Amino acid sequence: MLKSRATNDIKKQVTPDQSDESSEELYIKEGDKFVTIGSLNPELAEATSKDSGKELVIATDALTRVYGKKESEFVALENITLAIEKGESVAIVGKSGSGKSTLVHLLALLDNPTKGSVSINGTNAHNLSSKQLDVLRNKSFGFVFQQFFLNGNDSVLNNVILPLKIAGVSRKERNRRGLEALQAVELGGKANDKALNLSGGQKQRVCIARALINNPSIIFADEPTGNLDSGTGNKIEELLFQLNKDKGITLIIVTHDPDLANKCDRKIQIKDGHLVQETAT
Amino acid sequence: MKLFDILASANHNLLRNKARTLLTVIAIFIGATTLSLTNGIGSGIKAYLNKQVGNLGNSNILTVTASNNGAGVGITNTSSGLTKYTPGEKKVSLATAGPNTQAEIVLTQKDINKIKTVPNIISVEPTLTVTPDYIALSSNLSSKYAFTIAQTVGTSDLDMSAGKVISNSDTSPEITIPISYVSSFGFTNNSDALNQKATIGVTNALGKQTTFQATIVGVQQKALVGSTAAYANNALFNELYDVQTTGLPTGTKDAYTSVSAVLANGLSSAQIQTVKNNLSAKGYDGKTAKDQASTIFTAITAITYVLDGFAGITLIAAAFGIVNTLYMSVSERTKEIGLMKALGMSKIKIFTLFSIEATLIGFWGSVLGVGFANLAGRYVNSVTAKGFLKDFPGLNLLSFPLLPSSLIVLAIILIAFIAGTLPARRASKKDPIEALRYE
Repeated sequence: MLKSRATNDIKKQVTPDQSDESSEELYIKEGDKFVTIGSLNPELAEATSKDSGKELVIATDALTRVYGKKESEFVALENITLAIEKGESVAIVGKSGSGKSTLVHLLALLDNPTKGSVSINGTNAHNLSSKQLDVLRNKSFGFVFQQFFLNGNDSVLNNVILPLKIAGVSRKERNRRGLEALQAVELGGKANDKALNLSGGQKQRVCIARALINNPSIIFADEPTGNLDSGTGNKIEELLFQLNKDKGITLIIVTHDPDLANKCDRKIQIKDGHLVQETAT
Repeated sequence: MKLFDILASANHNLLRNKARTLLTVIAIFIGATTLSLTNGIGSGIKAYLNKQVGNLGNSNILTVTASNNGAGVGITNTSSGLTKYTPGEKKVSLATAGPNTQAEIVLTQKDINKIKTVPNIISVEPTLTVTPDYIALSSNLSSKYAFTIAQTVGTSDLDMSAGKVISNSDTSPEITIPISYVSSFGFTNNSDALNQKATIGVTNALGKQTTFQATIVGVQQKALVGSTAAYANNALFNELYDVQTTGLPTGTKDAYTSVSAVLANGLSSAQIQTVKNNLSAKGYDGKTAKDQASTIFTAITAITYVLDGFAGITLIAAAFGIVNTLYMSVSERTKEIGLMKALGMSKIKIFTLFSIEATLIGFWGSVLGVGFANLAGRYVNSVTAKGFLKDFPGLNLLSFPLLPSSLIVLAIILIAFIAGTLPARRASKKDPIEALRYE
């Protein structure tokens, strides 16, 4: 099943006044014209997902990212159009420097595309204020990194509750939910230990607990098993797929590991900044 | 992130690298202590001077003279240059007896009546000058001492080391003496001089000497400003004046270089200024004792500013310490900043987090510094009171009133905050991707 498709043909030009008020319209100003972004149009959302009947959590439209200027210009990604459904597990694979990390950063709204757009749950991210983007990342995304990014001197619990602390949740509530998330990754007993005293696998489980705590709709995992031995890595993979199945969390995994990639519903292969292949596994 | 959480996180972050935080706090601490001490010296001396002004006279008494730009005519010894001579109604006289008499504009009963019409002036008394020949203990008339004597106007708030303040309500002749007289009179304790009879000799214009008896009711403390004069109550002073002016031409006797105007109680400084303006409109010049001492105040203030300036320089150096510390902290915590941004912490909150860290450094440094200066000041005061300031009882070299101390704390916190904005800005502008990739 091929999910990526050119959406350019159904992008239509409208002015705000002409638009259907019932649709969740958002506009990009291109020159002096207002242009609605295809995926925002209910008609399009329907069109892109009609073969599965599922709702889209992420849709990109001709995503291009160029670093540098003039002579030093480097095209990291070019014309990537893809769509990811709710509850899917997607592996983004490719060699180092292929542009897969750039793609994930764009999907996770940590970076802005040079051209094209990313829509999350039907909303074009380009039209969101930086505050709205912060809230969206905080409430809807979970991140699991290869290097963990835990604060070693702080307690495991405090590391896990960081997203809730940023969201402004009360201390009592965030500690309760933090313990809950730690129990989900079977680390309930380590809540008050210092993070640096944990093993690699335990650290990554703490990271997963941190990614889980805000009940995200999408978890981005960047080489989640890259720093772990295969046995520990397998446990982490199991944990992630279990969350994917049980909670319906969309999983987007960047990986070198073909075994991990094969466990996902779908593989998106990136080569030299281009989408070369999408395969169902 | 809630403000309380930001505050707690900032505090937590500061404690992560305790040695570095401590060193930065010490830099601020030194600046705060220095500023507090220089300011303390200024306020200490000013507070003492304020007390001394009480020795010059009450704040509700204006010393009124004729102003040379008003209706008055004559030669004056003010610094505003020479005034043109035009014949007028004011008398130029040899005011009172004595060798140092100077030609001045004088005031008469007519002027006193005019001054009395100014609102808020309750009474007007001429300022009389008596130049006595000597003072001696009645029990030991062989030891006579030359001295000066001053009149008491209104109620006095002199600083006394023994006995009571002179009072015009007592009808018997009374005198208070400066502390320096006590040992000359052969007493060991100040209180020994109390209730002793003193004999005062005055010579009139015709050259005849008369003696008066007065009771010593108090011993005045040593003063920095003001005179070393003994104070007499009106009962004594008027007698002395009458004898001294016997034989003078009547015009001279009833002419005064200045008069004292007693103001209503509890006037604000604005109301006192209005009285002064009204006097000035009538051609008189009214000055409170404080005005007369204002030159000294100005000098002390100027010196304090210079010292504060030096202390300020140490604070600027300390502020750079904060900038440096936080820059280090920002680059050490690059990944953490990246993570927080990826997890949805806004730029403004990252900025707030780091500026609060700077502010906390400023807070602790300044509170500890001002507190330490207070303790050190107390110690210095107790040492100097027994040491080189022994002769100035009541003089605290250092004083730390609450308001300037809190202003110092606030100012340092502000400086720390401003210093913190540079690293905080750098932290808030970090790109989360770059930050997470940073090694």
